[in-house]
Amino acid sequence: MPASARPSAHDARAGRNARVVDSSRPADGSAPAGSDGGFPIRPESVGVTSIRFVNARLVDPAAGTVSAGSLSVEGGRIEAVGQAAEASAAAESVDCGGHVLAPGIVDIGAKIGEPGERHKESFRTAGLAAAAGGVTTIVTRPDTIPAIDNPETLEFFTRRAQAATPVRVKPMATLTRAREGRRITEIGLLRDGGAAAFSDCDAYVEDSRVMLRCLAYCKQHGALVVGHPQEPSLSRGASATSGKFASLKGIPSVPAVAERIGLERDVALAEQSGASYHADQVSTRQGLEVLEAARSKGLDVSAGVSVHHLTLNEFDIADYRTFFKIKPPLRSEDDRKAAVDAVASGLISVISSMHTPQDEESKRLPFAEAASGAVALETMLPAALRIHHSGEVGLPSLFRALSLNPSERLGLDSGRLEPGAPADLVLFDPDVPYVLDRFALLSKCKNTPFDGQRVQGRVLMTVVGGREVFRSKTWSSPNS
Amino acid sequence: MGLSSIHLLGVEHLAVDEIAGILDLADRYVELNRQPVKSANALAGMTQINMFFEGSTRTQASFELAGKRLGADVMNMAMKSSSVRKGETLIDTAMTLNAMHPDLLVVRHHHSGAVNLLADKVACSVLNAGDGTHEHPTQALLDALTIRRAKGRLDGLVVAICGDIAHSRVARSNFLLLGKMGNRVRLVGPRTLMPSGVEELGFEVYTDAVEGLRGADVVMMLRLQTERMDGAFIPSRREYYHFYGLDRSKLDAAKSDAIVMHPGPMNRGVEIDGTLADDITRSVIQDQVEMGVAVRMAVLDLLARKRKAVGA
Repeated sequence: MPASARPSAHDARAGRNARVVDSSRPADGSAPAGSDGGFPIRPESVGVTSIRFVNARLVDPAAGTVSAGSLSVEGGRIEAVGQAAEASAAAESVDCGGHVLAPGIVDIGAKIGEPGERHKESFRTAGLAAAAGGVTTIVTRPDTIPAIDNPETLEFFTRRAQAATPVRVKPMATLTRAREGRRITEIGLLRDGGAAAFSDCDAYVEDSRVMLRCLAYCKQHGALVVGHPQEPSLSRGASATSGKFASLKGIPSVPAVAERIGLERDVALAEQSGASYHADQVSTRQGLEVLEAARSKGLDVSAGVSVHHLTLNEFDIADYRTFFKIKPPLRSEDDRKAAVDAVASGLISVISSMHTPQDEESKRLPFAEAASGAVALETMLPAALRIHHSGEVGLPSLFRALSLNPSERLGLDSGRLEPGAPADLVLFDPDVPYVLDRFALLSKCKNTPFDGQRVQGRVLMTVVGGREVFRSKTWSSPNS
Repeated sequence: MGLSSIHLLGVEHLAVDEIAGILDLADRYVELNRQPVKSANALAGMTQINMFFEGSTRTQASFELAGKRLGADVMNMAMKSSSVRKGETLIDTAMTLNAMHPDLLVVRHHHSGAVNLLADKVACSVLNAGDGTHEHPTQALLDALTIRRAKGRLDGLVVAICGDIAHSRVARSNFLLLGKMGNRVRLVGPRTLMPSGVEELGFEVYTDAVEGLRGADVVMMLRLQTERMDGAFIPSRREYYHFYGLDRSKLDAAKSDAIVMHPGPMNRGVEIDGTLADDITRSVIQDQVEMGVAVRMAVLDLLARKRKAVGA
C-alpha cells in the first residue's frame, strides 16, 4: 500500500465517532480488479454483497414514494424491492428499525485536495467523509493543482481515487487548459479516459468565442459542460452579495445580476451550439428566471444549487465569520426562498455539497482575504433535511435532487431504488437532533458553517455497490 | 465547349457543361505532358502574370509551368516583397499592372473576394488561384479530373471531404463542384471546424470520421493549419489524429476501392497516416499534382480563346 493511502494520525483522531468498514481491500493492499462501468472503484464481487434490509422506510425518488418495506441486494446491485425482497435468501439481514433507506447521494462538484493540496483533503479523507455523509458517488471538481486538464493527470487522479476512496469517484476534467479560458482541452481523449463532465469551475470562460467552441466540441463528444455562471468583471474581488448587509459591513460585493448575466450568456451559447449545459449553482431569483426561460424553451440546460445557499443567507455572515464565505457569496433571504421553491418545483434539479476544504490558516484572515468555500460532504444530508423538516420539500423530491437527477444528468445508472440498479444506498435517521461539532468531521479541514448549529438527521449506514462503507458507531441494527 | 466568362473566379458560376469541357481538354493536355516534347502554342505571344499575395510553392509552379508549356510569357510577382508592403492598395496595384497589358492574371490573395475586386478593375482575364477562405477553383477542377480518371465517372459517387472545412477554400470549391456534378458530398470534421449552415446547402455533416467514411468512393483529406491545432479550434495534434487522422482502420469503413486524396502539403501523422499517403494502390495524391498542370493549361487555353472570341 502506498504510504499516502495510510491513515495519518490526523485521520485517526477525526475518525473517533465512526468506524469505516474496509474489509474488501485485498490483504496485499493492491487495488482490487474489476469495474463498475468505466471507473473501477470497488469490484462488486468482493466483500459482502448479499444483504437484505428489512423494516425500512424506502424513499424512491423515481416513483416519488415513501413506503415501508424491504430491499435486497445481490452481487452489488439491488435484487428486489418490497414484497419480493422479503423472500430473498440474502446472507446478511439488516433491520433498519423503521429508518429511511434511500439511494446514495451523487454529489456533483466536490473538491478533493489531490493533486496539489493534500494538506487540505486527500482521497482517503474525502472518501471517509463522503461515506459518513451518505455520498456514494463523488463527482470531483478539476480545479486542482495542477488542474485535471489532460489524460495523463486524469489517469493519475483515477488511480489515486481507486486506491484510497471507498465510495465511487467520477472525475470531471477542465474545459480549457489550466482553466485559463483560452485553449480547449483534449475533451475527446479525456472523455474516453472517464471524465464525467467538463468544467472550468469558478473560472468563467470570459471569451465567448472560446466558450462557443468548447460547447460545440463537447456537443459532438456527448459531454456535459458544467458552468459557474458569474459575470467575472462584476464578481471579481467580491465576498458578499450587494445589498443592505454588505453595505453596512463594508464588504466588497457583487450584485445578484452578475449571476443572471453569466447564465444568460451561457444559455445563449448552449442554445447556439445545442450542447448540454449544467450551471453548478443558481442561487438568485434573477438567475432562476433565466433558467426557467431556458427550460420552457426546451433547451438542454439544468442547474444545481449548493446546500449552503438553500439553508443560509447573507445575515449568517454576521461579524465577518469566514466559514460563511463561499462562492458565489451567500444571498438574501428572498433569494434563498426562491432557491428552495425551485428545488421543490424541480426547476433546480441538483443539490450539491460544493465541498471545498480550506485549512484554518486560509480562513483565519480578514473576511476579504479569507479563502472561499466550505466542507459539506458529511453535512449536506442533515443540512438538506432542514428544507424537509420545514415542510417545503418532501423526501422523494429531496432525493431526486440529491441522487436521481445528478446521476441521470451524468448518464449514470445509480440514484434509483429498483431491481438492477447499483446497490448504492444510504440508511439514515431523519429526525434525530444534535449539535454539529466540526471537529467530529472526517474531512481533514473542518470549515463548516454549521459548526455549533442544531441539525436533525444522521447517517446510520452507507452502502456502495452492495458493500458497507460506513456504519455509525452510535447505531446498532435492532437484530445485530 | 467554351467558357461563358473571360474570368475564372470560382466554381460557383461554372455550368456543368463548362466543367466537363475543361476536363475534356485537360485530358488531352495530360497526354501532351507525358510526351518528351511538351510545348503547345495556344498562348503564344500572350503575357501571363502570376500575382501571389500569399505564399505558395506548388500552385505557383503549376501555373507557371502551365503557361510556359502553352507558349505564354510568364512573369511571377512575389507580392509579399513588393509595393504592397509600401502601402499600395490592391486596386492601385491592379491599375498599374493593367497598364502593362497582360492577357492573363493569376491571383492568390489572403482575403475572400479580393480576386473578384481585381477582376472588376482590369481588362485582362483573371484566374483565381485561391482567395481567403472562399474558393480555389483550379484545385477543385484538378481533383475532379483525378476522380474522373480513377473512377471513370464524376457523378453518383459518395465523396467524403474531411478535416478543416471551415477554413478551407479547397473544400468550398470541391463541395460546390462535386455537388453540381451530381455526387453525394459528405463533410466530415469536428464541429469547431465546420462552417455554419452547410446542412442547408444540402451536404451531409458528420462529426464521427468512421461514420462519415462509411461506403465512400472518394476520401478527400484537407490540410490542418498548425496554428489551429493548439487548443483554439481543436485541443491537440494527437487528439485530432485520434479522431480524424486518416489511417487504415478508418479507411476500412470506406469502399474497398475508395481513393484517398489530399491537396497538399500534407501533415503526416496529423490528418493522414504517412504510409497510407504513400500507398499507390489507394492514394492518388501524386496524380493530383500531375492533373494540376493539365487542368491549369486547359483553363488558361479556354480563357484565352474566350478573350479572342469577345475581341478583348
